[in-house]
Amino acid sequence: MPKTLAEKVYDAHVVRSAEGEPDLLYIDLHLVHEVTSPQAFDGLRAAGRTVRRPDLTMATEDHNVPTLDVLAPIADPVSRAQVEALRANAAEFGIRLAPMGDRDQGIVHVIGPQLGLTQPGMTIVCGDSHTSTHGAFGALAFGIGTSEVEHVLATQTLPQYRPKQMAVTVEGRLPEGVSAKDVILAVIARIGTNGAAGHVIEYRGSAIEALSMEARMTICNMSIEAGARAGLIAPDQTTFDFLQGRPHAPQGADWDAAVAHWRTLRTDEGAVFDTEVVLDAAELTPFVTWGTNPGQGLPIGGSVPDPAAMTDENERRAAEQALAYMGLTPGTPLREIEVDTVFLGSCTNGRIEDLRTAAELLRGRRIDAHTRMLVVPGSVGVKLQAEAEGLDRVFTEAGAEWRGAGCSMCLGMNPDQLQPGERSASTSNRNFQGRQGKGGRTHLVSPSVAAATALTGRLTAPADLQSADLTSAGA
Amino acid sequence: MQPFTTHTGTAAPLRRSAVDTDQIIPAEYLKRITRTGFEDGLFVAWRRNEPDFVLNQPQYAGASILVAGPDFGTGSSREHACWALLDGGFRVVISSRFADIFKNNSTKSGLLTVVLPQADVEALWAAVEADPATAVTVDLQARQVSYGEVTVPFEVDEYTRWRLLEGLDDVGLTERHLAEVEDYESRRPAWLPKALPALPA
Ligand code: SF4
Repeated sequence: MPKTLAEKVYDAHVVRSAEGEPDLLYIDLHLVHEVTSPQAFDGLRAAGRTVRRPDLTMATEDHNVPTLDVLAPIADPVSRAQVEALRANAAEFGIRLAPMGDRDQGIVHVIGPQLGLTQPGMTIVCGDSHTSTHGAFGALAFGIGTSEVEHVLATQTLPQYRPKQMAVTVEGRLPEGVSAKDVILAVIARIGTNGAAGHVIEYRGSAIEALSMEARMTICNMSIEAGARAGLIAPDQTTFDFLQGRPHAPQGADWDAAVAHWRTLRTDEGAVFDTEVVLDAAELTPFVTWGTNPGQGLPIGGSVPDPAAMTDENERRAAEQALAYMGLTPGTPLREIEVDTVFLGSCTNGRIEDLRTAAELLRGRRIDAHTRMLVVPGSVGVKLQAEAEGLDRVFTEAGAEWRGAGCSMCLGMNPDQLQPGERSASTSNRNFQGRQGKGGRTHLVSPSVAAATALTGRLTAPADLQSADLTSAGA
Repeated sequence: MQPFTTHTGTAAPLRRSAVDTDQIIPAEYLKRITRTGFEDGLFVAWRRNEPDFVLNQPQYAGASILVAGPDFGTGSSREHACWALLDGGFRVVISSRFADIFKNNSTKSGLLTVVLPQADVEALWAAVEADPATAVTVDLQARQVSYGEVTVPFEVDEYTRWRLLEGLDDVGLTERHLAEVEDYESRRPAWLPKALPALPA
């Protein structure tokens, strides 16, 4: 029977399947961070269990880490205790840890691909919903809760029910200035924040195939924002080229064997998807969110919607609550919304390509005098690469702050937070109430919209800059 | 895990859709390394900032069943959201649709998530708004929710129901199949990556 890519990967990992029970799925790679793991390690200890496969487990510190003075002890005692708990657990159970100060440290979803640990056809889990990022390589990768983290630590398996299959097909060429972030925001606006519940999404079509690995990761990353269990993209030459030579990629004869297998990881002709969504790439424009969930987004040329015009009762109430929180008036053009802060970073858009895109727009210009811009590389590896390319200087000369690697203002577990009432344009993935700091207001944007917005102080598309009157910092 | 068989209590009507887990418990409360004591973070922003938020109303203060709008538990995978609800006195959440990870986490932590059609959710909202003291019974054995004269059946897969009724934890169940896990491991391709430190090139 023809199978989808996700079905192939799933079937290849079934350890055991029995009528009336969930399947037992083998996990090839388990990524661990400090926030969702301490209670799982406690559970192991209480039951006298060990970590079954420390060699398939990797930990890093990302959510709590400060982005200034990264080598000093963490000032917040509660954050510090959590990071110290991870260090103690990693040492006790024999797990490799990339702590602050290590060249492999970074956001868990940035370091897996960077190290070449994320490979096609694998099953990858992490106690973090954005594990779907790794699906960009054709892996079946999904977020789990702490009880499941404990289960994987103890058994290297997970009980799972077979997911439903969704195809999101994007054909054609993306217009200039329109990026992967705009694609995924448009998909979520179309199907809603839980529209893919129970499904794995396969992104396909010529527009997806044309994307770089970084851009594919941005798309798969936000699959969870559409409620999907996972999102993936069939591996191809772009994937192989990205992986070749990375520290954990196979080498020599192993490389050839791996690639031969990876080439089989495609949805068969005639495979059936439970749900299909089709987008025309040529019709997409830069997208921004106006509300408090990632599905409340519009093309940047639009205006704040009027809840009164919404027919669905739940949707109307949600929009009213969102606008009250966001402090927005129906009918206001999105381009007139002024921001205080621009955040460039996170596992969605904190990779080297994202930084290059933003730096290109900022080069030789100064950001708006009333706007602060925080640039937080997704990992130490990204930071070092950017510095080697001189991007850090482009950002600082434009007036932005260049920081250490971590989750940072994506969720504000470290000191990088919005103040109550402050408004941001953020390249992260969630505009939930209070996500970036109590009372903070978030507009989700792409890296190029983030950079353009930093220059003007209002939500701005990169194409608007040509016409805008901007003072040049250069000669 | 605490077994769940049947539960009777009062219900709080949460008329909001797409309640994300950042609202159920914000990130700052996730820094703790314990598994209990999260009640202070439960819906904390709404409890502090919105005087008429349902859990600020004295008539719903003792509720143990939360009746929410569609798409409850979206966003972050934090199981702390389930722990916070349990610590805050809730044993059951009813909604017409849950986010997958939240629902999954609930079955691991002993919080019962019950899916009812939106029309039944609306009827339950109306009933507990008319009389907050309405006793609501959620019977996992019989797979039904009842209050007053109303009885509504709900679906739950047999395996999850059995685990919840018995209060069984998954790790112990999986350990019965370790021979099959070992057998699978013996067939994995040798080139699959190991997370151990890579040797310098
Ligand atoms: S960057 Fe944000 S979304 Fe990504 S792992 Fe960190 S906190 Fe989660």
